[in-house]
Amino acid sequence: MTRIEFMQGNVASAEGALAAGCTFFAGYPITPSTEVAEHMAAKLPKRGGVFIQMEDEIASIAAVIGASWTGARAMTATSGPGFSLMMENIGYAVMTETPCVIVNIQRGGPSTGQPTMSAQADMLQCRFGSHGDYSIIALAPASVQEMYELTAEAFNLADRFRVPVFVMADEIVGHMRERIEIPESVPVVGRRPLEPGMLPFRPGEDLVPGFPRFGSGFGVHVTGLTHDERGYPCATSPKVHEDLVKRLVEKVESKRHEIADYRVTNPDAEIVFVTYGSPARSVEQAIHDNPGLDIGHLRFRVVWPFPEKALGEFRNARAFIVPEQNLGQMAREIERHTRVPVIRLPRFGGALHTPEELVAAVEGVR
Amino acid sequence: MTFSDWLRVDRLPHIYCAGCGNGTVINCTLSAVDQMGWKKEETVFVSGIGCSSRAPGYIVTDSLHTTHGRALAFATGIKLANPSLNVVVFTGDGDLAAIGGNHFIHACRRNIDITVVCMNNMIYGMTGGQGSPTTPRMALSTTTPYGSVEPAFDLCELAIAAGANYVSRWTSYHVKELTRAILAGLRTPGLSFIEALVQCPTNYGRRNRYRQAIDQIEYFKEHGMLVEKARRLREEGKEIPPDTIILGELARRNRPAMGVKA
Ligand SMILES: Cc1ncc(C[n+]2csc(CCOP(=O)(O)OP(=O)(O)O)c2C)c(N)n1
Ligand code: SF4
Repeated sequence: MTRIEFMQGNVASAEGALAAGCTFFAGYPITPSTEVAEHMAAKLPKRGGVFIQMEDEIASIAAVIGASWTGARAMTATSGPGFSLMMENIGYAVMTETPCVIVNIQRGGPSTGQPTMSAQADMLQCRFGSHGDYSIIALAPASVQEMYELTAEAFNLADRFRVPVFVMADEIVGHMRERIEIPESVPVVGRRPLEPGMLPFRPGEDLVPGFPRFGSGFGVHVTGLTHDERGYPCATSPKVHEDLVKRLVEKVESKRHEIADYRVTNPDAEIVFVTYGSPARSVEQAIHDNPGLDIGHLRFRVVWPFPEKALGEFRNARAFIVPEQNLGQMAREIERHTRVPVIRLPRFGGALHTPEELVAAVEGVR
Repeated sequence: MTFSDWLRVDRLPHIYCAGCGNGTVINCTLSAVDQMGWKKEETVFVSGIGCSSRAPGYIVTDSLHTTHGRALAFATGIKLANPSLNVVVFTGDGDLAAIGGNHFIHACRRNIDITVVCMNNMIYGMTGGQGSPTTPRMALSTTTPYGSVEPAFDLCELAIAAGANYVSRWTSYHVKELTRAILAGLRTPGLSFIEALVQCPTNYGRRNRYRQAIDQIEYFKEHGMLVEKARRLREEGKEIPPDTIILGELARRNRPAMGVKA
């Protein structure tokens, strides 16, 4: 039976993880993400899971990756500075195809910036922050309900594609409290195990290899070095490296329209807001308050891999307006995929876009 | 079974230089693991980055070759998520004490049930012979061309101070003792730290008057002193030469530990 609760976004994220069967959390406190860790610290031990506060974020993501290789659904939560520290090991997770979930409750940067204020300024760091070429999956919740749902879904995507999956929330959705419907259960689709006799890094048709959990007798060697399908280091062959890196990218990018998850409002509109995260709420308010305005809204719940076809849902679009809590990180991506003018509407420092400001932007285009 | 049953023979030849001490330590570790009677599928080797950290790649069990300095953090995740796995970490002095120093002290503080074997060659081998936190004063390296002016870390003292349950030090000369020490470490619940001084003819020996691999092994033999003897000398008020390498079991205790198999 569905349960109705009044809950904070960060707590909802932790609850979504628990519902998805997360049994391992390692983290290091940082505002505004700390409540995720605190909630896991309270809940996991009672369920036979493991919570550990590590010495820093580098150690946290390392422990998460280690735990994942035992088969556990494992996650961490952090914010900007901690996220930056994790980058080397995020690349390791990509290279070793380790499923894991990283929740980033974004705050104002650069540097320690604004610990308690909202931002969406790590969107490109999440996509490109580690070294080398790769692809990842990132979700962007816009409500407490979605903090729950998308965190749970992150585990399924991580397991299916064997990549780090990011929940790229902003401080506003992390800290706000609102009504949430908690379902009795959430869909859980786990990793495909490696079949006996198969090579540990030989991909299946979906370009993803079966998972050889530690302790299950495969004797697999896992390394961040370029490796062949046996998992053996092979760091000097251009072909092995090229094949591996191309596959790591392709296994995610080739499925980007399947992974895509977005909401379309008023597809016939000529002026269209494109959002993710909490700016979506201001747009919804503006649409609600101005029924005669005739504006469209494309709201991404998955931002990476970028599902560019979604833009085509608006055939009459004359302008895309992109309100973001940064200087235009996703607007830049949208520009790459459309001939329609893209108008940036940055508002950062912690203040949310006001509906009036959005309406003014529409008037400006007309 | 013998220790050679644990080797991933299809990966040979290994990358180590002729005369390198790391192979000796791998053999000693595998003999100790073998004597434990552990099953291969219940044993995981973890390492960071460096020549020494390549060791798990030559062992047939599940193994995780991680990022530089972070092996203990990865190992902590493995051990806590599944305490029924036996976890052994191979690391180098740079890996463990420089970039990984913080993880080292915290793993010791948590006293997590892992055995850590540090192949201390007193230099950065893999990157071509730069100074490390254990490079002795006045020793030459590519980044200390006029002799290192920094004091060196005593990794065992560090492990003891941070809380490890078992700590001992031997060298690649003391094969039997080293094997026994690793075995004792594997048997001790909590964090066991075994430091093995090894010769690195390519990057340390060549620059520091050990023309042959054997020269540095001879040095270990001549300058090693059992901890019991060192204690006795100290009690008698006698001086211990400054370049003495104190060997043996330096700590064995029973502090509360984490990740111990139920
Ligand atoms: C973050 C990072 N910094 C630097 C390096 C380069 N690096 C590779 S091995 C190594 C030193 C290894 O020294 P040590 O741990 O003593 O191992 P040895 O090779 O001597 O066995 C360094 C600095 C790296 N791989 N990653
Ligand atoms: S560089 Fe030194 S430590 Fe590395 S393999 Fe050669 S001898 Fe061994």
